[in-house]
Amino acid sequence: MMRAAYRSATVRALGSVLSLFVAGAAAAQPVTLQAPGTFDALQDRQERSRALFVEAGKVLQSPRCLNCHPKGDRPTQGADMHPHEPWVVRGADGHGASGLQCTTCHQAANFGPSNVPGHPTWHLAPASMAWQQQSLGQICVQLKDRRRNGGKTLAQIQEHMAHDALVGWGWSPGGDRAPAPGTQEQLGALVQAWIDSGAACPAP
Amino acid sequence: MPISLNVNGAVRQVDADPDTPLLWVVREDLGLTGTKYGCGIAQCGACTVHLDGAPLRSCSAPVSAAAGRKLTTIEGLSSRAAKAVQKAWVELDVVQCGYCQSGQIMQATALLERNARPSDRDIDQAMAGNICRCATYHRIRAAIHAASKQLSA
Repeated sequence: MMRAAYRSATVRALGSVLSLFVAGAAAAQPVTLQAPGTFDALQDRQERSRALFVEAGKVLQSPRCLNCHPKGDRPTQGADMHPHEPWVVRGADGHGASGLQCTTCHQAANFGPSNVPGHPTWHLAPASMAWQQQSLGQICVQLKDRRRNGGKTLAQIQEHMAHDALVGWGWSPGGDRAPAPGTQEQLGALVQAWIDSGAACPAP
Repeated sequence: MPISLNVNGAVRQVDADPDTPLLWVVREDLGLTGTKYGCGIAQCGACTVHLDGAPLRSCSAPVSAAAGRKLTTIEGLSSRAAKAVQKAWVELDVVQCGYCQSGQIMQATALLERNARPSDRDIDQAMAGNICRCATYHRIRAAIHAASKQLSA
């Protein structure tokens, strides 16, 4: 059957590229997130607030998030965050260059036969929200800065982290991609606790 | 499962699992072999078709994505931009082995339909996902510029 021939050829192409990554992913344990209550032992409110953000930072600085929060105009991909292949750019609005939009390859859902991830609103975060090559403290300051966070209040930031569907893709990346740590619900709880404790930022 | 597709202006019925890669349905069920399989992982561009006028790597989309939408393959290109691209490709003798060229032409047509006067940078950014092992890139670029001139004439 030709379909079998296509599948086996695709698998061969994928296998030679991904075999090392698959082996690595199979060996890695999923990363968990601690619940906000774990940090109640920290008496100092600011210290507790910073610790909550550091815990949430395990998600913010995971490849699933950083790959689409690049410093320049080109996203990265993979656990090792290498430059996206093929070369693609953010374009005018984060959806890609004219004629080569993200949707040329990325569809509404992860697609197994090609191992290309997907989501209905696949696009890059704005340049003001570049997180790569930023410390967690710098990311924290950017998140709170309404000039750089899309005009969001802290409550809206929490809503975005806890419920945005593209953010949520990070926990269902498909293929051989490791999900972000914990769950989106756990991230939402950590961010809420961080806000409730004064939204303190780690040192830059 | 029966699926109705609008392919190159005609309604065609296929019987396929909705998750079948569109490329396989185009080539095997529809018999339109101008669209090529190059890698199966959206890295080469040889499988490029248009869906509602936008370029799509058909190896990386399920056939269900095309249901109810307008699918155009290399066999069905007919826009003014497409004719200019095809004319330029012939006049500048762009093609060597030809394997990548269906995808190159589909992608170049999509670019010119959106930007009739692309700069070299625009061409770089739009065509970066289409690989040519014969390295006809310089001729592809020249042909896009030539097609652009024709469209502006």
